[in-house]
Amino acid sequence: MCLGVPAEIVAIPDPAVPRARVAISGVERTVATDLLVDEHLAPGDWVLVHVGFALSLIDADEAAVTLEQIKRLGGGTFETELKSFESSAID
Amino acid sequence: MKYVDEYRDPAAARTLLHRIEELASQLERPIAVMEICGGHTHTIYRHGLEHLLPEAIELIHGPGCPVCVIPMGRVDDALWLARQPGVTLTTFGDMMRVPGSTDSLLQVRAAGADVRFVYSPLDALQIARENPQQEVVFFAVGFETTAPSTAVTLERARVERIPNFSVFSNHVTIQPPLRAIVNGGQTRVDAFIGPGHVATVVGTKAFEFLPEEFNLPVVVTGFEPLDILQAVWMLLEQFTSGEVAAGRARVENQYARVVRADGSQPALKLMERVFSIRDTFEWRGLGWIENSGLGISEEYSAWDAEKKFQVPGERVPDPAACECGSVLTGRIKPWECRVFGTACTPETPIGTCMVSPEGACAAFYNFGRMDRSTAQNLVIQD
Repeated sequence: MCLGVPAEIVAIPDPAVPRARVAISGVERTVATDLLVDEHLAPGDWVLVHVGFALSLIDADEAAVTLEQIKRLGGGTFETELKSFESSAID
Repeated sequence: MKYVDEYRDPAAARTLLHRIEELASQLERPIAVMEICGGHTHTIYRHGLEHLLPEAIELIHGPGCPVCVIPMGRVDDALWLARQPGVTLTTFGDMMRVPGSTDSLLQVRAAGADVRFVYSPLDALQIARENPQQEVVFFAVGFETTAPSTAVTLERARVERIPNFSVFSNHVTIQPPLRAIVNGGQTRVDAFIGPGHVATVVGTKAFEFLPEEFNLPVVVTGFEPLDILQAVWMLLEQFTSGEVAAGRARVENQYARVVRADGSQPALKLMERVFSIRDTFEWRGLGWIENSGLGISEEYSAWDAEKKFQVPGERVPDPAACECGSVLTGRIKPWECRVFGTACTPETPIGTCMVSPEGACAAFYNFGRMDRSTAQNLVIQD
């Protein structure tokens, strides 16, 4: 549950509402961006997502390295997290 | 060096290990380095980092896994909530298999209770919106990484006036247990590897009390094997340069690509408003620690499950066979527990450290150590 998973912002549906559409390995869901209200988030930005919240803004290189590391943790860690993310109904 | 081929950059790892060996040979005595994040524990065992480091550096695992530090009495309280008529209990998947005195949430669900695991507290709130006739309780656990998410969720419940939602808060903060371990004197710790994700919220500043009050160096670091090796190297430099001996230990930020000194102000402000610090809170293995738990503030008390329900709140000791408490405080290694790998496995966990994949016991068990004697042989042979 403590993972921060890199996700790419694909859309900010309404700039007045703290939400972003993000994708992790092709799975697209909505996450809350309340914790990054001071950043100017835009499609193409990468964020670390934890329990449905964008926790921090990261660069694309950091995202790639972190994603690879999580996949390499094995034991189904990444698959479980992705399945859990996929089950989310945040809007 | 059998694990080295798993590195993203074996050459960089070799260089770092070489530097570490050089510095370690200059140490006057061995040092014990405590890591306080389940993610770090996972990385260390997954990559066999303990076997790669010189003997003069001992890695010990601290109370960094939020699932692991929940005492059994609080699990029993959640089980009690789940059994109440009209209640839907929601929580993270990792909590489902944590054993209470008699059952786990999975078993209570099999017996007919409405228990659902959710990805996010916001998903729990959504269940409350969709089921206005049900009392939806979110069983919340986590350090400062996760607590802001619960805070935002409670704020939304307040704004939307959702009456059938509440939170059973078991959120905890990182500073008090570290202070308890350092003051307790039962575990010798010479330096800390600081938790990257918690630090994104609290900032590196939150760890400055360790050098200031105890002259203990801290390096906040990320989750790559190379991050952890670099953190060890940076810690060693503080020792071999004479800085620690001169009383000038400090906090360094190896994870500056993600973590800031001040942390996340929006997250900290939200937490301050939504939570109130409990006078004391029980931790598995550490007992009662003052000012270490986050209860729900007066302003949000309508969404506090402990006010809404007569939660029993009985304290329950750990199972006699389980040494989770000693593992959590670094007093023993997972394989030194009497039931490790025999009566206690990830399939049939007795203690919390074997339940969460980030727990030290599960992490150690999952990466090739089949039982205690095999583990001892492996470690002794190394």
